[in-house]
This record gives sequence, structure tokens and C-alpha cells, in this order.
Amino acid sequence: MIAVLRALGAAAAPPIGGTSAVHLAHASAWAVFVVGAVVILVGAVGVVLMRNPVHCALMLVLTLFGIALEFVDQAADFLAAVQIIVYAGAIVILFLFVIMFLGVDRKEVIGKEPLKGQRPLAGVVGVALLVEVYVLARVRHWTSGAHSVAGPLNTYFPGTKTPSAENVQLLGQTIYTRYLLPFEMTSALLVIAVVAAVVLARRRERVASEMARDEQEAPAP
Amino acid sequence: MTVPGAWYLILAALLFTIGAVGLLLRRNILVMFMCVELMLNAVNLTFVTYARMLNDIGGQATVFFVLVVAAAEVVVGLGIIVAIYRRRRGATADDVHTLKG
Repeated sequence: MIAVLRALGAAAAPPIGGTSAVHLAHASAWAVFVVGAVVILVGAVGVVLMRNPVHCALMLVLTLFGIALEFVDQAADFLAAVQIIVYAGAIVILFLFVIMFLGVDRKEVIGKEPLKGQRPLAGVVGVALLVEVYVLARVRHWTSGAHSVAGPLNTYFPGTKTPSAENVQLLGQTIYTRYLLPFEMTSALLVIAVVAAVVLARRRERVASEMARDEQEAPAP
Repeated sequence: MTVPGAWYLILAALLFTIGAVGLLLRRNILVMFMCVELMLNAVNLTFVTYARMLNDIGGQATVFFVLVVAAAEVVVGLGIIVAIYRRRRGATADDVHTLKG
């Protein structure tokens, strides 16, 4: 998919490519966007409406794949690959593992409404959220147009329209130079998360005070 | 690369709204967690879109960090859910309304 898009983009880039190649690239970008949008929305609605948690997790995979498709469409190659590997490959597997481990893969009783008026209120809040986002987007003072310290997304050789670096290379350079300290902090965060998961999920043994008492009562070797 | 960025932003807003409504509607803790993931992904899509619109690599770097934090969050969250299920066999958020140990 990436190779095809790249080839289409390369065909559209030089002016001698003609208008048909431009139209083809235009149409392909729109096609990828529409397919990705449909996949994302179907998956998201499925997550909300499916009754079996396993089906919800599979619908989540669909949505995450659609997001990766949109990343490809916007030339964020590295993030698309990471999206598939980390989200669809690791996080959803973790979800499925916990669902199977706890044995909660039974259907949720959706007919009964535990809180009175919860569903209409949820719909009202959802519509209000959408309207709020729209209103905020209409107030056009959110971007000044100035660049951040991170650098441009597209770099060209001086005087030409030839890209001088791939997306992966640029992102790597940015993360390992400008964002080096946050990057190192993420490693600490991951170690903390692993330790926390082990501590939380471990079956609880005797507490320390009990353990000390038992050792006191035990005969000396 | 010819789709206007506004379309991606509309798509991200819809995805965020669906995730928020799902979080309010569902009672299974695991499914609520999945809805949070939906909202996170909507924001990621927004970041990538703005990175393209403003020609700035900072948006994509932010998405990278969001991915890492989301992974850590899922690990800790699922650990908490496993611990809750160990204590009581409740399957919904309503069963854990007391904070007694």
C-alpha cells in the first residue's frame, strides 16, 4: 500500500507527469481516505454496540487499522507501522488475553438500564461534544502559522522539489535530538508500568508483618 | 496527499464523540477502556493531520509519545482490572462503587 502510494505520488510530483497522473494521485488519496473513514466509523460503532467483549476487541482492531490507513494517506509511514505493531499487535492482544484470562467473554445484559436516563443523557452529551468541537474549530485563532522548535515535516534539497529525507529519518532525528529527554523518560515510564503490572496482578502473598511473625515462630535452623 | 485536512479533523471529531458516548453508555470496564483507546486514536489522527497541514514534525513526534504512554496506561489499567476481578466477580463498573478494601 505504501509502495503504491509512493509510486503514485512520485508520478504526480514532476510537472512532466501530465494531468492524468495528478488526477490518479488525487483520486487514490481520496479513495484511501474514504475507505479508511468507513472502516474507522464501522469499527468504532461496533466497539460501542457489540455485546460480547471479544467482538468489541476485534472491532477495535478494525478501527486501529483504519487509523493506520489514514496515517499512510498523510505520509506518516513510521507512525502507521507503529500503529499496527503496537496497537493491533500488542494492546489488543493484551485486551483479548485479559478477557480470556478473566473469563468475561459472555454477553453483557444491555436491555436493563441501571441508571435512569443514562442513555438519553449520553446521547445529549455526545451531541454537545460534537457541537462544542465545531464551535471551537470555527474560532480561527488556534494556530499562528509559526513553526514549533521541532522542525519542518518536509525537507527539500536546496533549490529543488526533491525530498531530502524520508519520514522515518526525520522523525528519528527529531526524537533523538530535540526530544531526547522525553524519549529517555518514556523508557523509565515503561519500566515503572511493567513493575506496576506485576505488583498489581500478582496473587497476594502474606503481608510483611505476618511473614515476620512466621519467621519468628519458625524454629531456628 | 490532496485530501483537505478539514476532512480528517471531521473524522477525528466523529471518532472522539463515538468513543465518549461509548464510555458513557457501556458498563463493562474492559469495553469502557476500549472506548478510551478510541478517543486517544482520534486525538492521534488530529495530531498527524495538523503536522501535515502546518508542515511540522512536532505533531508526529507527539503521536509517538502518545503511543508509548497509551501502552503503559493499558498495562497498568488491565493490571488494576485483574486485581478488581480477583477480589469480586463483578463484571460492571457499578459493582465497584464502594472504595472499601
